[in-house]
Amino acid sequence: MRTFKSFITQKGFLFKLGLIICALWFIVVIFAPLIATHSTTAQDLSIRYEPPSLSHLFGTDELGRDVFSRVMYGSRISLTAGIITVICALSIGILFGGIAGYKGGKVDEIMMRFSELIMAFPPLILAMVIAAALGPSILNSVIAMAIIWWPNYARLMRSMVISLKESEYVTASRVMGASHIRVLFLEILPNSFGPLLVMATLDLGNAILMFSGLSFLGLGTQPPTPEWGSMVSDGAKVIQNWWVSTFPGLAIFSISIAANFVGDGLRDFLDPKLQKE
Amino acid sequence: MLRFIGRRLIFLLFLLFGVALFVFILSHLVPSDPVAANLSQSAMNNPEIVAAFKEKWGLDKSLFSQFILYFQHLLTGDLGTSIRTGRPVMEDLMQFFPATLELSIVAMVIALVLGILFGVISAIFRNKPVDHIIRTLSISGVSVPSFWFALIMLNIFSSVIGITPGPGRIDARSTTPEGGTGLLLLDSLLNGDFQLLGDVAMHLILPATVLGFFTMGLIARQTRSNLLEVMSMDYIRTARSKGLKESGIIVGHAISNSLIPVITVAGIGFCNLLGGMVLVENIFAWPGIGQYAYLSAVSLDFPAICGVSLLIAFIYVVINLLIDILYGIIDPRVRYR
Repeated sequence: MRTFKSFITQKGFLFKLGLIICALWFIVVIFAPLIATHSTTAQDLSIRYEPPSLSHLFGTDELGRDVFSRVMYGSRISLTAGIITVICALSIGILFGGIAGYKGGKVDEIMMRFSELIMAFPPLILAMVIAAALGPSILNSVIAMAIIWWPNYARLMRSMVISLKESEYVTASRVMGASHIRVLFLEILPNSFGPLLVMATLDLGNAILMFSGLSFLGLGTQPPTPEWGSMVSDGAKVIQNWWVSTFPGLAIFSISIAANFVGDGLRDFLDPKLQKE
Repeated sequence: MLRFIGRRLIFLLFLLFGVALFVFILSHLVPSDPVAANLSQSAMNNPEIVAAFKEKWGLDKSLFSQFILYFQHLLTGDLGTSIRTGRPVMEDLMQFFPATLELSIVAMVIALVLGILFGVISAIFRNKPVDHIIRTLSISGVSVPSFWFALIMLNIFSSVIGITPGPGRIDARSTTPEGGTGLLLLDSLLNGDFQLLGDVAMHLILPATVLGFFTMGLIARQTRSNLLEVMSMDYIRTARSKGLKESGIIVGHAISNSLIPVITVAGIGFCNLLGGMVLVENIFAWPGIGQYAYLSAVSLDFPAICGVSLLIAFIYVVINLLIDILYGIIDPRVRYR
């Protein structure tokens, strides 16, 4: 039996590494005020562009702000934005794909063509347009990303529903008088959760990447909010002062690669065919 | 086959209609005001200027007549006039697209060559250190923020080591050839201008590598898992039992069969390249569609945004169509319905 213990102690080293990195970042998110050594907004022009030292671990930026403290606090914004985006996209996708797959026929056809329409847009360009149109803010970039992200979940959910709705346990449940909503959400959904979870984990990294990309372009957070993408953008102007952009970039990279490790590990765990290999 | 292509082309028309409709609705749903985004504050205070601006861009007509007008223009191939540049959108696209096309083709070549090479090496040396290194590199490819990676590369190779030129498409002292295709590699080659060719190539190498890194990761992962799957098949065992050398089996029997699914991934990767273009072009000051899309988006220049979206949606669908056709040619088992 595949228990939780075998899941954690399986040989996948990268999976464990990913879990550790994710756990560390969640600790940083919660305890950011205790970990940060300086204020994130206090300016001191006398110490502009100080290279990393013991007093400023990651150096200082153009306004003399401590980069380390800003990176630590930045985790709150990036992770929250990434998680909320994925949850929104997942919810829309489950609902949309669930209805399309369950209803079938014309409804399915129209709903799927609509999702293809969204997918035909280059994601970042569409997100950029929506974020620019709504006005640059964290909430608006999350809305923009959720709008472009759900079709993948909808398509996955739809294929799961189609393969499960003819199965015997679902028929049994129908015979017992269960409503369509009950069948869809209490019978089919729990059995589709594995693949959806894998996709969501892999997407968390992508969502954080895109969010920081939007902020880099000036369409996400606004100064002086410490956010990784906009911090890299600050550093892009002064490429010789490498520490200003390198550390926030590393932060994005670490969380994104960790999400990929965990997602890959989860997929191997849930797919016995891959596990054997 | 022809029926299949015909059906896909009809779908393409519907899709482009949908994209145009979507951008149109978006441009009228958003709370932002294109008038405010494009006129100065003093011009905004002058009702005559505002009225003239609205009349010029058809913003004073009813939503429905704006919609009809817009589609009439689209059908004749007129994408409208960019509010920001004041030029026909079609002209803008024609000017900026070659730079993007050239960059993405070079990036794709880099991604394909390195991706397949790494994937094959990784599969052959499965679970050896080199396999782990390549797999980590491939996952890095799909997780690294491209704008940050671009900055690091630019810093290392242009500023510190100094072997590649800075941002831009060509050296400030060079001049682009008049006319031509706009693809500078091709143009300079056709003109026999080898100095320009070298200059263009050196400017291309960094942004193309950064852009291709993501797709390289995708392709390497796919190649590895396909090759491993193929290597466990019966006909490979047969080849082995005939006494063929392992290298001969891999090159002659396994690789060609394992590359079929890679085509799909390469197609997805190419579409991804076009999307990721915005950030990379921004850092490398590349005068392409990505920059154009970005500048259009921030100034809410909807005719231009719609033009870019239509162009890229068109490329998406055409690439997917090409992949499906290619599949049919390579793998006769694939039947079109």
